[in-house]
Amino acid sequence: MLKVVGKSVIRKEAYDKVSGRAKYTNDYQSTGMLSGKIVISPYGHAKIVNIDTSRAWKVPGVRAILAGKHYPLTGEAIRDRPPIAVGKVRYHGEPVALVVADTPTQAKTAADLIHVQYELLPVVNSPTQAFQRDAPLVHEHLGEYEKEEDSHPVPGTNIATHIKIRKGNMEQGWAESETVVEASISFSPSDHAAMETRCSTAEITPDGKIIIMTSSQAPFMVKRLISMYFDEDMGKIIVHTPLVGGAYGGKASVHLEVLAYLASKEVGGRPVKVWNTREEDMITSPCHIGLDATVKLGAGRDGKLKAAFIQYLWDGGAYSDKAIDVTRSGAVDCTGPYRIDNVWCDSYCMYTNHPFAAPFRGFSHSELSFAIERTMDLLAQKLNMDPLELRYINAIRPGDTTPTRVKLNSSNLGDLPSCIEKVRELIKWDEGQIQEINERLVRVKGVSCSWKTSTIDTDAPSGAILTFNRDGSINLMSGVVEIGTGTKTILAQILAERLKMDVDKIHVRMEVDTQTTPEHWKTVASRGTYMGGRAVLEAADDVIRQLKEVASCALRAPVEDFEVADSRVFLRDDPSIGLHFKEVGYGYKYPNGNTIGGQIIGRGNFVLRHLTHLDPETGAGKPGPEWTPAAYAVEIEFDRRDCTYRILKACSVVDAGKVMNEKAALGQVMGAMSMGLAFAGRETFYFDELGRVLNTQLRTYRPLRYGENPDYLVGFVERPALDSPYGARGLGEHGLMGMPGALGNALSIAAGVPLNNLPLIPELIWKARRGTHHASL
Amino acid sequence: MLPFDFDYYRPKNLQEAVELYRHLRQSGRQPMYISGATELITLGRIDLVFTDAVIDIKDIPECREIGFDGDYLVLGSALTLTAIEEANLFPLLTKTSSEIADHTARGKITLGGNICGQIFYREAVLPFLLADSQAVIIGPEGVKVHYIDELFQKTLQLGNGEFLVQLATDKRHVDVPFISIKRRQQWETGYPLITAAALKIGGEIRVAISGLCPFPFRSNQMEAAINRDGLSVENRVSAALTVLPEPILNDIEGSADYRLFVLQNLLNDILAELDGINS
Amino acid sequence: MGLQSLTLHINGEKRVVNVRFADTLLYALRGNLGLTGAKPGCLNGDCGACTVNVDGWPMKSCLMLAVEAVGKEVTTVEGVKGEPIQHAFVENFAFQCGYCTPGFIMNCRSLIQHHPDADDAKVKEWLESNICRCTGYAEIQQAVKSVINKE
Repeated sequence: MLKVVGKSVIRKEAYDKVSGRAKYTNDYQSTGMLSGKIVISPYGHAKIVNIDTSRAWKVPGVRAILAGKHYPLTGEAIRDRPPIAVGKVRYHGEPVALVVADTPTQAKTAADLIHVQYELLPVVNSPTQAFQRDAPLVHEHLGEYEKEEDSHPVPGTNIATHIKIRKGNMEQGWAESETVVEASISFSPSDHAAMETRCSTAEITPDGKIIIMTSSQAPFMVKRLISMYFDEDMGKIIVHTPLVGGAYGGKASVHLEVLAYLASKEVGGRPVKVWNTREEDMITSPCHIGLDATVKLGAGRDGKLKAAFIQYLWDGGAYSDKAIDVTRSGAVDCTGPYRIDNVWCDSYCMYTNHPFAAPFRGFSHSELSFAIERTMDLLAQKLNMDPLELRYINAIRPGDTTPTRVKLNSSNLGDLPSCIEKVRELIKWDEGQIQEINERLVRVKGVSCSWKTSTIDTDAPSGAILTFNRDGSINLMSGVVEIGTGTKTILAQILAERLKMDVDKIHVRMEVDTQTTPEHWKTVASRGTYMGGRAVLEAADDVIRQLKEVASCALRAPVEDFEVADSRVFLRDDPSIGLHFKEVGYGYKYPNGNTIGGQIIGRGNFVLRHLTHLDPETGAGKPGPEWTPAAYAVEIEFDRRDCTYRILKACSVVDAGKVMNEKAALGQVMGAMSMGLAFAGRETFYFDELGRVLNTQLRTYRPLRYGENPDYLVGFVERPALDSPYGARGLGEHGLMGMPGALGNALSIAAGVPLNNLPLIPELIWKARRGTHHASL
Repeated sequence: MLPFDFDYYRPKNLQEAVELYRHLRQSGRQPMYISGATELITLGRIDLVFTDAVIDIKDIPECREIGFDGDYLVLGSALTLTAIEEANLFPLLTKTSSEIADHTARGKITLGGNICGQIFYREAVLPFLLADSQAVIIGPEGVKVHYIDELFQKTLQLGNGEFLVQLATDKRHVDVPFISIKRRQQWETGYPLITAAALKIGGEIRVAISGLCPFPFRSNQMEAAINRDGLSVENRVSAALTVLPEPILNDIEGSADYRLFVLQNLLNDILAELDGINS
Repeated sequence: MGLQSLTLHINGEKRVVNVRFADTLLYALRGNLGLTGAKPGCLNGDCGACTVNVDGWPMKSCLMLAVEAVGKEVTTVEGVKGEPIQHAFVENFAFQCGYCTPGFIMNCRSLIQHHPDADDAKVKEWLESNICRCTGYAEIQQAVKSVINKE
């Protein structure tokens, strides 16, 4: 019987957050800290003819202007990105200069006075355009960049990487398919729009220490990449990350840190802060990837899927960075959570003249799910089959294989059929999918499914350190960044559960610094609980062993006879004989002063086992540890005259493996759903013909507001992942992933036309209906 | 944080404000009257507004007046939209105002600021256009009173050194049947795709519109079409759609075609609401 | 031009700040007084993360010049100590990353003071001024309602 795990334990930093004491990167300001201001490209693609900084230099307080210089190229999978553009700009928002001044006002004034002369170049404005043979090239020298082994750029094209999935026998698959449907899906890039815009500070001490503070999901990656890009000693780089004000994948990229570092270097190591305005955060820093997809599905008369042909053209933007990994991840789970024995998928990361892409909550899965789930509904329609039933009979189950041919079992795969059944109940599916209200209004339910594994580095580590205080309480240190998910509180719950102690006696260090906190690879991919939790469990066992050793000596009894619970170590058969943590946590002191042991320090680490790279020709390989499936429904009320709609209900059922903190889990799922509905229903970048983003403010780029949200129906299934702490599966992304598909399916039925583009605004529906009306004339 | 510096003045009366402006201009400055300052701040930070001398009129008593004076409802230009909504003396204005920006922002945005703003929706002017209100302005030549439909041609036509002090509305026009609808690109947040406000006075429906064109307007021709006797609603709306001002906006909020579709539905809704009501 | 010495009333104290006339209240609070509870999210009046109370009303401190606050009573989240709305946010898990929280709390607090029996429409009217990107708003609604129902 679990006592702490599963309970709605209040997050450890809760009171700091409601009192204004919680500090984020931009809240730290030291005397003498200079301000950096980026000058951005106003165009999508243009040659830089000249940069005139002479007037800017005259502004009082200006200490440095970085422009027009060749710095080492940056980028994770392919080093294709100059930190500050040289020669040409490749996206609207790209840094072309960086001013460092005493105050933000001076920096901004000077930045405004830098005159850059451009010569416009032809713009690559979509991944489909980028894929054309005669498309302008975003990178002329693609073949010359340094790259990771598993990036596959094609020089002379705009292809940054190409991931192939070749499973089964396509000829046979199509032969067995009596019904075939095909759909083209498309949507533009959008944004994470975390409320905290990105911020980085850097300082270089006289002895060469590089001290960075940054709002990042990946402080350890910052350390590695700064070291790699600029040939700095890794041990001299110290990265601090305090609380992070929302991330959703967008802060997993390393970007502003490089600018802050270069700026500090330019002014002799003085501390420099680079902080994004909202406009810069939207387009200068990496955004949410766009996608053009073609999906063709074949099924037998019974609705069983036989074959899938899938082409994903990801809009990686001007620089490949993390888009390469997103492209791979999209290939890995390309089919959605269905058993399909014959799969052919080409997943391309395309260069375009758009802002470059960061990971976005779901890491390709909300995007690909929209493509797959729209096609699934078209299939259901063609088969004249209940769309939920179609999904149920094709739901992936133990014994099936993934597109990369991983054999699934009941531990590495969650229970999708049960998720579907629960959605059926929650959304009252059996009461009917369509309900007529009156001549104008109709209520329609749409459904979808998704799944996800986490494609992370095969050697990605996570570590934990526990130290005792003299009062017997314990400090927990983990490299997991508190980005809002509450993972650090869950780690405390895991520790409290294992030590059978009061979770209030566990103090969690919220800030990460890469010098004293053990590494957690990156706080991404819903992997904090799994990996961080395993490390904490190992550290807890280490502590238990040490406690028992000291107690064994002090109490003259064999180690094996001891138990640990309620902040005590005691004899199993006579709990009255034992020691409180405060008597052993700092060693045991005999009455005469002799002391044995010392401060107990527990350590634990964890690396996922048996992960492999993908075969470049077939995609075969094991990219992640387990697959979390989920099922969804959305109910809308559609106004046939106006083409407007309200979202009444949204439902998600996720196989959580184990719900670790009930209210936190509900919050994760509801929050993700809200974000998914906003992505599906409203959020997008609007580009003009010059590749300029026309909506870079929150008054024109609009996340969901209070009251626009639907009623949430959230359910959990718990089929444990055996290797994960208490069986927990990844959870933080799943609420989002199925929302675009479910919303698109509901609206397509309500409007009577297939809606295969996002965002699903009334004008899009109106146009689609008008198009079909015209076509039928 | 604005990238330019300015002096800041807070005159206590109208004369002082006008005199300050004149003086600053003479000394080669670029003075600007403000009351809510929201556009100064939001457009100034992205270099779309510049001034080196701010004259803040929010302490001038006439600009803060709110209430009935004889036969007129008088509303000062420096009143915040929230203050006007809370007082609720002009229900159509309350409704139209309550859809502008958001509640907190409306605690800073002022009536005059919205009507005289650069951001072209200027929805707060719609009720006044409909109610034949009069605008009290002051400038170097003293106080002037104009009917707002004369003074407001796409923007409030203010001369150099002039500013809007008050709007006066005939008491009989504030309590007539009305409807105000704002349609956005999606759901309930954002700039208008179209905002339409309507009043019924003397058996005639009056309509003013923001968001269709890059300026708010009230059109006699449209109203004539809408109020034509003996025609079906459909025909009246169709006729109204043929006499629209130009250009029709075609931007990220919506295409021109789609705006016309939305307008058509809105006009239908307005007629459905106001046709049968006696006024 | 240059720096001006202004006296502001903040959280019950008189504070002298040296700012430019062109500086916003948000900038003065954070940069001059170290009151970093009010957060910059857009500097454009769009997101509400910088909301404070001015004479008891919610105010986006990025939309107000510091000089405009002279003579007014400014309350920031740092001046709000142990009020029911804070506990309600904690107990209802009404935040995740916490960045929008001070702004939400300051808006909610003013709402509760002005409309202790606010109905759903009133709550929506007020709270749509702030963006929360982490929650789906259901928890915030619960938190606010729990305080409204109590009072």
